[in-house]
Amino acid sequence: MKFRTMGRHVKESFRSIGRNGWMTFASVSAVTVTLLLVGVFVAIMMNLNKLADDLENNVEVKVYAELIADEEQLATLEEEISTTLGVQEVVYSSKEQELVKLAETMGQEFQLYEQDNPLFNTFYVKAATPKETLAVAARIAKLDSVERVEDGRAQVQKLFSVLDVSRNIGLVLILGLLFTAMFLISNTIRITIVARRRDIEIMKLVGATNWFIRIPFIFEGMWLGIMGAILPITLVSIAYYNLFNLFNVELASTGIYSLLTPMPFLLQINALLLAMGIVIGVWGSFMSVRKFLKV
Amino acid sequence: MIQMKDVYKKYPNGIVAANGITVDIKQGEFVYVVGPSGAGKSTFIKMMYREEKPTSGDIIINGMNLAKIKAKKVPLLRRQIGVVFQDFKLLPRMNVYENVAFALEVIEESPKVIRKRVMEVLDLVGLKHKARMFPTELSGGEQQRISIARSIVNRPKLVIADEPTGNLDPDTSWEIMNIFQEINSRGTTIIMATHNKEIVNTLKHRVIAVEGGMIARDEAEGDYGYEI
Ligand SMILES: Nc1ncnc2c1ncn2[C@@H]1O[C@H](COP(=O)(O)OP(=O)(O)OP(=O)(O)O)[C@@H](O)[C@H]1O
Ligand SMILES: [Mg+2]
Repeated sequence: MKFRTMGRHVKESFRSIGRNGWMTFASVSAVTVTLLLVGVFVAIMMNLNKLADDLENNVEVKVYAELIADEEQLATLEEEISTTLGVQEVVYSSKEQELVKLAETMGQEFQLYEQDNPLFNTFYVKAATPKETLAVAARIAKLDSVERVEDGRAQVQKLFSVLDVSRNIGLVLILGLLFTAMFLISNTIRITIVARRRDIEIMKLVGATNWFIRIPFIFEGMWLGIMGAILPITLVSIAYYNLFNLFNVELASTGIYSLLTPMPFLLQINALLLAMGIVIGVWGSFMSVRKFLKV
Repeated sequence: MIQMKDVYKKYPNGIVAANGITVDIKQGEFVYVVGPSGAGKSTFIKMMYREEKPTSGDIIINGMNLAKIKAKKVPLLRRQIGVVFQDFKLLPRMNVYENVAFALEVIEESPKVIRKRVMEVLDLVGLKHKARMFPTELSGGEQQRISIARSIVNRPKLVIADEPTGNLDPDTSWEIMNIFQEINSRGTTIIMATHNKEIVNTLKHRVIAVEGGMIARDEAEGDYGYEI
């Protein structure tokens, strides 16, 4: 096929979009609604993923030192912990500091315990990789002057399963949406093609090959997909940017969790939406023109 | 140019519209196909550009056996034949110019050649001034002439016309016959199905009469031969 014929097909596809008025509108709307939902779901899912990762990376082992341990023993213990296999970081927090923390979260009444502090001197230990957390905890439990070891995994395990379930639900929803969109657009294009069935028949009788007829339709599907992606891309970008500015400072201050920063993330999600729009449009028109070409 | 040998055509509904047709048409001939309604004229013609496929028998056009060519080759065949359809078959969403140009676009002619040739044939059929109008804005006779313009624009060696004067008044019919006469004199083969007794009897050419899917008569300078 010659290059100028491609130009002709592109031109033809644009004209067809113009001529098909409300059908174009219907197809574009179908894509828009779908991509909007997909965009929202993907944004939520990606951030849930980030949350899971953040939490997983933040699982700590809490090591309570024996109450009888003196300064020297505590120093030795800290030394031993930090040289334990798989340990990345050790932070010491005296029982006084622990009480202050507790009071901060639970309320000032806890200050009353200051005279008779029931808390332990504590080491917060972080494993080099989340996977090693359990092993690290077990190793530390064997050291001298250790009263008890608590590994944070159990606490987040529940959260993980919730996240997993919601991730899977999101995935199923997105696939369902995509399927619906393809169905919708191929149906919409099919209606316009039924109207153009006679045109196709005539074109074939005048000597057009199948590809000569098909390519303008494929371009048309592509434009529909791209047009359908414009609104979702804009809305998702604006909404995400604003939500990010609204919440991220607060979230980040926990030191554990932060939202995905808009810059690479919005680019990725927008590229995804655009690509999906194009795939939906092209696939839809390809499928619907197929059965009318057997003249 | 065209050879048919023992051609049968049975439609899916059981009607046999061609019942053993054998015929030989040479390059440059002008042939009328006549016969009563339902005799099989259109079927005879449609098999030549593969709108219908023969049930059995051979149809050889320009060395291609239409009974055997692959679906992929059909567009190539159709580009070698100009077809004037009884119902015009103009593309309603394209204007006159674009309709005619389409036959050249499918063979990927250059825009320059397309412009020149389209204007030439529109001039020939006397509708140059209506190039920007749409088929629905034209009279039946004008649409018919556009259909003829499209059929000859890529200069095919064979033009097939199914009742090209079917719905036209005598004056317009004669205008159209003049165009056919003109392109035939340039060496183009013309096959034309018609019910127009006056034309067949006045402008003498070979006459093939089809009845019941068979060739009942084939005369070099024949008459229409049926009373209306
Ligand atoms: N697509 C089709 N499916 C089934 N039967 C058909 C089809 N086309 C034509 N026929 C039948 O085949 C026979 C011949 O039809 P054809 O159209 O060839 O006649 P014709 O000679 O062109 O008639 P007319 O002068 O009225 O145009 C008719 O009996 C018709 O009913
Ligand atoms: Mg007929």
